[in-house]
Amino acid sequence: MKIKNNPSLIIGIIITGLILLMAIVGLFWTPYSTTQMDISLKFAPPSFAHIFGCDNFGRDIFSRVMQGAGTTFLVSLSTIAFGMVTGTIIGFLAGYSGGWLDEVIMRANDVINAFPSLLLALVFVSFLGSGLLNIILALGILFIPSFARIARSEMLRLKGMQFVQSAVLIGDSRGRIIFSQILPNAYISILSSAAVGFNNAVIAEAGLSYLGLGVQPPDASLGRMINEAGSFLMQAPWYAIFPGVAIIVLVLGVALISDGVSKID
Amino acid sequence: MKKIRIILCSLIALVTVGVLVACGGGDNPSGQGSGTSTDGKASNSVVVGISQELDSLDPHNAAYAGTREVLFNMFEGLVKATPTGDIEPAVASEYTVAEDAMSITFKLRDGIVFCDGTPVTVEDVKYSIDRYAGIQGEGSAFSDYKDTEIVDDKTVIINLVNPNTEFIFELTCAILPEANDANVNSNPIGTGPFKYDSYTPGDKLVVVKNENYWKPGQPYLDKVTFKVVADTDMAVMQLNSGTLDIYQYLTADQAMTVGNNFNILEGNVNYVQGMFLNNARAPFDNIKVRQAIYYAVDRDLINDMVFGGKSHVIGTNMIPGASKYYNADTEKTYTHDVEKAKQLLAEAGYPDGFTFTITVPNNYAPHESTAQIIVESLAEVGITAKINLVEFNTWHAEAYVDRNYDATITAVDGRLAPFTWFIKNVSTGNKNFTNYNNPKFDELYNKAISSIDPDEKVEYYKQLQQILADDAASIYVQDPSNLVAVNNQLEGYVFYPVSAQDMSVVKYK
Repeated sequence: MKIKNNPSLIIGIIITGLILLMAIVGLFWTPYSTTQMDISLKFAPPSFAHIFGCDNFGRDIFSRVMQGAGTTFLVSLSTIAFGMVTGTIIGFLAGYSGGWLDEVIMRANDVINAFPSLLLALVFVSFLGSGLLNIILALGILFIPSFARIARSEMLRLKGMQFVQSAVLIGDSRGRIIFSQILPNAYISILSSAAVGFNNAVIAEAGLSYLGLGVQPPDASLGRMINEAGSFLMQAPWYAIFPGVAIIVLVLGVALISDGVSKID
Repeated sequence: MKKIRIILCSLIALVTVGVLVACGGGDNPSGQGSGTSTDGKASNSVVVGISQELDSLDPHNAAYAGTREVLFNMFEGLVKATPTGDIEPAVASEYTVAEDAMSITFKLRDGIVFCDGTPVTVEDVKYSIDRYAGIQGEGSAFSDYKDTEIVDDKTVIINLVNPNTEFIFELTCAILPEANDANVNSNPIGTGPFKYDSYTPGDKLVVVKNENYWKPGQPYLDKVTFKVVADTDMAVMQLNSGTLDIYQYLTADQAMTVGNNFNILEGNVNYVQGMFLNNARAPFDNIKVRQAIYYAVDRDLINDMVFGGKSHVIGTNMIPGASKYYNADTEKTYTHDVEKAKQLLAEAGYPDGFTFTITVPNNYAPHESTAQIIVESLAEVGITAKINLVEFNTWHAEAYVDRNYDATITAVDGRLAPFTWFIKNVSTGNKNFTNYNNPKFDELYNKAISSIDPDEKVEYYKQLQQILADDAASIYVQDPSNLVAVNNQLEGYVFYPVSAQDMSVVKYK
């Protein structure tokens, strides 16, 4: 199927691209300062000057959404990339070799899965210290098991197929088989679960920021903004709504991309 | 088939009627869609939300202010605090402070008994005060304590090493039965208006009416549950759903979201909230830097932003609630003046500012908001401050105990005796977490404590406050407003200038 006939992929790329563009612009320029406080604008509703309204310190929410989208993008994408690459390698290894190595790897996965994920992230962060890089590392480790599981089952499914068997017969190396036979057939499942994982990463980052271990104030991330806005839902609903919409649109865009990817043959 | 259907129908009807009857049982005026706790009035009980887990049920070992405010209902000393910041006789019925302030004579109240019915003896009094003194240790007010002398079975004399007119305030420490020494934590017994019923760590403490309480008619309630609530947002939800009847420490913004079946009472939390500076660490060892920060920080803005202007802005380490000792002039020692701040920074050798970290405990949202506003104010004078949010226990261990921080946002409390507000600034004090060191302050502090002339004492304390302000020892910001949501069927809730939530005077209308 051609890209032209794949509306999910096109729309998904457009939506995600727009948010990404906004986030990148936000790194260099925002309509207002993201930290400038003004008591006269405390909880100012959306207007032409401040299209998303103002927060509890009178800061422009649109500017903070721009900055926050960047942070959220960075953390979620790096987390998923880390979890996906590591998880896939581990999963392929377990599935390909089988036997005791498989048992060891998968049981280690179960151990990580057995703990509530946020609790485990808390332990990592309190051990490593807070900060953006440590958050990415802590969350990334949490995402390894889900990818390892999928990669392993894909490996088990494909291992017995004829084209893989033929590759084994003509004496291809293990690495070559994995990269040229297995990966091209498995990446679709892995990428679609990456989209789901992206969503979870956004939420996990928000949770950690809320506990004071993620992004440190006054820096913004979408999750952190929503958590801060929770206390002011009655007085200033727009404070929660706009970062929330930004997350929804972002997740929708990524989900559409994943849907589109799965339709590529 | 038809038969079965009939049987089924009648069964359903029966169950429905049964449920309706059960719901309608007992006339309950508050049950009508309001969401107030439905059985509170009928069972004469109240649920109070508290923001912190209790650190101990032993009143002598309880360190958190949040614990003391709860235990206030179960324990009393020879004397107890009143809402006006004075003391009244409790376990003792009368007392006389010797003229030289070297001893205090107490006469036990006639017929005073513990909540289990056993009489309070002079031996119990001696045991309790010795025990409390032992726990407080050196470097506390009890370093002035000599002994408790038993005169007869109604009279004791507390002897002191140095003259100390404020020692009487320390005798609000709980009187416990000596016979219960081994079970203080598992089955606490006191003389307070309520007695211990049950305790589930991390969840709730239940206390019931002490039928043997000495104040006639009190308490009015039969049962009070102190329920631990994880955070204020949760508390607001639980208030609105009817799980809680009383919750304090709401901010103005949160109070607006509480339903109209609650009255919002306004008081102060009686803490000195501010940005405390590590005076031993550069550049805060330089008085000009500290003063520059004080000029740069807009305290009124913090009050307006975070507390809707309802806090009391202060300029020293004491609360306005300490009325006669409080030095209101210190509020005006510094004004928000960016130019002056820049000039002082240049004089101190930091014309381009510097970078430091503010450590903020994450258990009280206004601290974090205060930190954000301070960061923004300091940016105006070229100082870069970074916020490091940490969990409360980490903060307590690293910042408060180990003194490993540049600056920290927190709140410190004191008790009735005025010296309690200043002991943290004495250079040798074991709780001097800001490492403040001014020999002049230490000297004046000792004079203030030992002074037996009331007017002279007031004067000394006012001078102490002025020294802290002039030195900009820390950036004292405010005594935050304390908005308390109280179920509107209740009346009698009062504020104390110490950590206390007195439930003995609360009753249903």
